[in-house]
Amino acid sequence: MNNALFLTLARFVLLVLTQVLIFNSLNFLGAINPMVYVIFFYWYPLKANRGLFMMVSFFLGLLIDIFSDTLALNAIASLTLAYARPVILRFCFGVNYEFQNFSFKNTTKVQRFTFLALLVLTHHLIFFSLEILSFGHILLILRKVFATGLVTLVLCVLFSSLFSPKSE
Amino acid sequence: MQRIINFILRYRNAFLYGFLVLVSLVMTINSHSYHQSRFFNSSKWISGNVYGWSAHLSSYFGLRQENRKLVEENQRLRLALLNAPGDSIPALDPSLIQFQVTSARLIKNSIASPRNYLTTDKGEKQGVRQDMGVVTTGGILGLVENVAKNYATVQSVLNTKSNINAKIKNSQHFGSLIWNARDYTTVQLIDIPRLVSLVVGDTIVTGGMSSIFPENIPIGTIKKYELNPSRTFYNIEVALFNDMGNIRNVYLIGNRDLEEIRTLEERTSDE
Repeated sequence: MNNALFLTLARFVLLVLTQVLIFNSLNFLGAINPMVYVIFFYWYPLKANRGLFMMVSFFLGLLIDIFSDTLALNAIASLTLAYARPVILRFCFGVNYEFQNFSFKNTTKVQRFTFLALLVLTHHLIFFSLEILSFGHILLILRKVFATGLVTLVLCVLFSSLFSPKSE
Repeated sequence: MQRIINFILRYRNAFLYGFLVLVSLVMTINSHSYHQSRFFNSSKWISGNVYGWSAHLSSYFGLRQENRKLVEENQRLRLALLNAPGDSIPALDPSLIQFQVTSARLIKNSIASPRNYLTTDKGEKQGVRQDMGVVTTGGILGLVENVAKNYATVQSVLNTKSNINAKIKNSQHFGSLIWNARDYTTVQLIDIPRLVSLVVGDTIVTGGMSSIFPENIPIGTIKKYELNPSRTFYNIEVALFNDMGNIRNVYLIGNRDLEEIRTLEERTSDE
């Protein structure tokens, strides 16, 4: 139990640092800065207290906002993601995920990929809509969501397979 | 009462969500409508220090290139100094200097967002004040927006809130320099009247109408231009001299008379 807490805390700190020090200054192909910290929502324990999860996500987003001077955009996006995660989980894994012995181990690769892709899509849609905040620029928003989302997704898939716990 | 409490308890997550969204929306709207947030920004203690360490480490990688840039600038300045007629160089009497220059290093850069902010490693202790102009060896970069003890944040020209007075070199027609958030190598100059004759490649410099920047600081060159929909003013695309993604050393320019000009302008607009 303590181990899981420590793991989450370490992920929190490391993801914030990786995000702001490496990926925020990546500027891949001009202006693509993938937001890899979304993988936090993929890694966070499934059977956790929902209120606490939302608080943690809010502070994760807020911390990244403070570093990147985009006040409260990341916070809203991550908060909403935390709130909507059960819905996305149910969509991807069916009612199975509510059972006590559910874990990612007995799901298919496609299911996990869909889960991750939906997390990234939701997060980026909210983030870029709020950042640009104009329906006149809907094409710009969609282009940014698509381009950045794709890179984020590729990196998240890499991260999830690189750092997947062996025992689980 | 019991039922109300039960209701709140049952939907406590939704309430929590609503509350936190409200908090963050207020922060967002605050930072959109006025200046960037004064209490949470990257010049503050934790973020400033983390960026400071990181810049300290990574600064070694670009030393050669940075040195070359600075030497080239020195060469240019020496050339101008040596070839200037003797009596045009005023004695450096500190009471006569209008613009103060402080050097600083950029510890955080950003070009990908519609509202880009940069962070420098000098702050209040080193004499940095709000609304100082920020330039590099290449040209204009932005202006200081928030100041902490040892760090300051800079609103980049690549910011949709940025609005800087600029003109075409060797003429007195001035307009406003803005950014449409599309391309980080170009900014837009608007409100140049139709009667001005323009040539692609003309240099754009800062105008003297702003109390922040001295006149004639280079900005960029005209890339293309067209009349605006009402056919009275030009919309000019300006290619920036600065490579915005690759900047280390900057200069902060402070106008000694800023306070006086501001007070005077405020009093005039009040009347």
